[in-house]
Amino acid sequence: MRKAISQSVLYQALVVPLIQLFVFVAISLLVIGSVILILAALFNRPVTGGMTLLQFVIRTLPQVAIDGLVIGFLYAMIALGYTMVYGVLQFINFAHSEIFMVGAFIGVELMLALAIPSTAPLMLIMAGILLAVAAGMVGSGLLAVVIERVAYRPLRGAPRLVPLISAIGVSFFLQDAVRAIEGLLNNAFYRNYPSFPILNQQIQLATFTLAGQPIQMQIQAKVIFIIIASLVMLTGLNFVVNATRLGRAIRAVAQDRPTAALMGVDVDRIIMLTFLIGGALGGATGVLFGIRVGRIDPYVGFIPGIKAFTAAVLGGIGNITGAMLGGIVLGVLEGFAGAYLSQFTGGAFGTEYKDIFAFLILILILMFRPTGLLGEQVGQKA
Amino acid sequence: MAVLELIDVHAYYGHIHALKGISFKVEPGEIVTLIGANGAGKSTTLRTISGLVRARHGRVLLNGEDITHLPPHEIVARGVGHVPEGRRVFPQLTVWENLEMGAYTVKDRREVARRMEFVFTIFPRLKERLHQKGGTLSGGEQQMLAIARALMMQPRILLMDEPSMGLAPILVESIFEVIRQLNQHGTTILLVEQNAHMALQVAHRGYVLETGRIVLEGTARELANNPQVQAAYLGMH
Repeated sequence: MRKAISQSVLYQALVVPLIQLFVFVAISLLVIGSVILILAALFNRPVTGGMTLLQFVIRTLPQVAIDGLVIGFLYAMIALGYTMVYGVLQFINFAHSEIFMVGAFIGVELMLALAIPSTAPLMLIMAGILLAVAAGMVGSGLLAVVIERVAYRPLRGAPRLVPLISAIGVSFFLQDAVRAIEGLLNNAFYRNYPSFPILNQQIQLATFTLAGQPIQMQIQAKVIFIIIASLVMLTGLNFVVNATRLGRAIRAVAQDRPTAALMGVDVDRIIMLTFLIGGALGGATGVLFGIRVGRIDPYVGFIPGIKAFTAAVLGGIGNITGAMLGGIVLGVLEGFAGAYLSQFTGGAFGTEYKDIFAFLILILILMFRPTGLLGEQVGQKA
Repeated sequence: MAVLELIDVHAYYGHIHALKGISFKVEPGEIVTLIGANGAGKSTTLRTISGLVRARHGRVLLNGEDITHLPPHEIVARGVGHVPEGRRVFPQLTVWENLEMGAYTVKDRREVARRMEFVFTIFPRLKERLHQKGGTLSGGEQQMLAIARALMMQPRILLMDEPSMGLAPILVESIFEVIRQLNQHGTTILLVEQNAHMALQVAHRGYVLETGRIVLEGTARELANNPQVQAAYLGMH
């Protein structure tokens, strides 16, 4: 019987999350994609390049979906940091976006220090990126632990708004600290990730014809890296949380802190480790994000941070699976909005309105499901 | 030596002076009960022993060792098992995971498995519910799980806070039967109960608390026959 249990736990912890992730991706793409197609069919009219709106959408949809998913994975990984901390402390760590930003800077400094030539063999480049991601994880993880110790723990008994203000203060502090350090060292407060032609090339995934439209699906080489890294981390986190003694303790602390202490759990230590894990994920994501966008500055964390927080709320804050779902949904929504808003509105609203659109959808969802898509147990806590 | 001894313990709940100098002893193999009205300080006494509430003054000794200022997880590691008021089963963890949490301080996997088998001999029902979430169990099952979870620690002393609360009379009977059975296995128990009638039937000795002070003590029989206790807690006139 014991063997059966441990096998089922392994299955629960490794296979189920991957299936879950796949289902989330499939469902969000299916739902949002169908809505777009139906809308395109309803408002079909000629648009640019001698195509109708429907033709344009069919031709570009697969590509837009891939791009949206990649953003979604990044949001999901950041969202996990918010949601884990919220789970154990019922507290929004607003400094998480800056923990992410610091990770991006640690990564860029390491990559620049390594000075891998842009024509280096792929293996060497990948090793460099892996090293940068690892450094970002360690640096941001430790930073999150220090922040908790210095800025949050002394305020644990205080009213809920007090640590929130402290978090905002930490955010500003980190932005200005990075700006000051980079300014002193480099005379500029932004940095550029080294660019590698081999990672920037487009890889053809598929070329086929659908409804008379030639469809091309391609993906940038570095994006593959981001996807693999996020899948590994999301699965790894699921394993830690659902199948290890540490994960069990984290969930116990999240559900009932005093009772967890009565089980012999050192609650402060678990809270520290939660910050460590969340920070490490944030730092890794910072590096991946930096590799994707190239140029980073000390304020680069704000927008992805706010969106990841939104994703966490959308999925049901405190719920780890929900954070993943929320990230994917928000990323896909945003990708679709960015690609089609201008075509659908005849140019009245351009790509720059994609966030407004994505947040409008979000508000609508939360009006009908205030606890988020998967957040049923939040109510009994708040 | 007493398993547990409290010496002039004072504790505060916010600004309320909840314990005003509590002193008592629990000897090995005993069931000792604390009875008293709502707000008399029974739960606070248990929470102070476990370290969830800090004693402002006085000392708590476990087998002679001063544990007054230790954090809860270290007190647990020294052998204090606590079945909290209202069961406090982890609702989103399975029965199995809840039991594993009870053995959190035990690193040896085989030992954990052995204890779990022992717990199932007392609560066979839990074995049937192994993969069900704690929150989906009935009230009686949750109480069994809460007790079983504390037993996974193999505590030197088991603190039980209102184990009969909110249970149907038939379940109350069986919970008290379990308490008696555990004690026969050698578990020392400190029992807090509003159901003084049942508590005094199962206990060896008892203390009566009123507004943070011990006002009466004696063997269970003495207390059950005391006219004051009968009037105030046993519903006799």
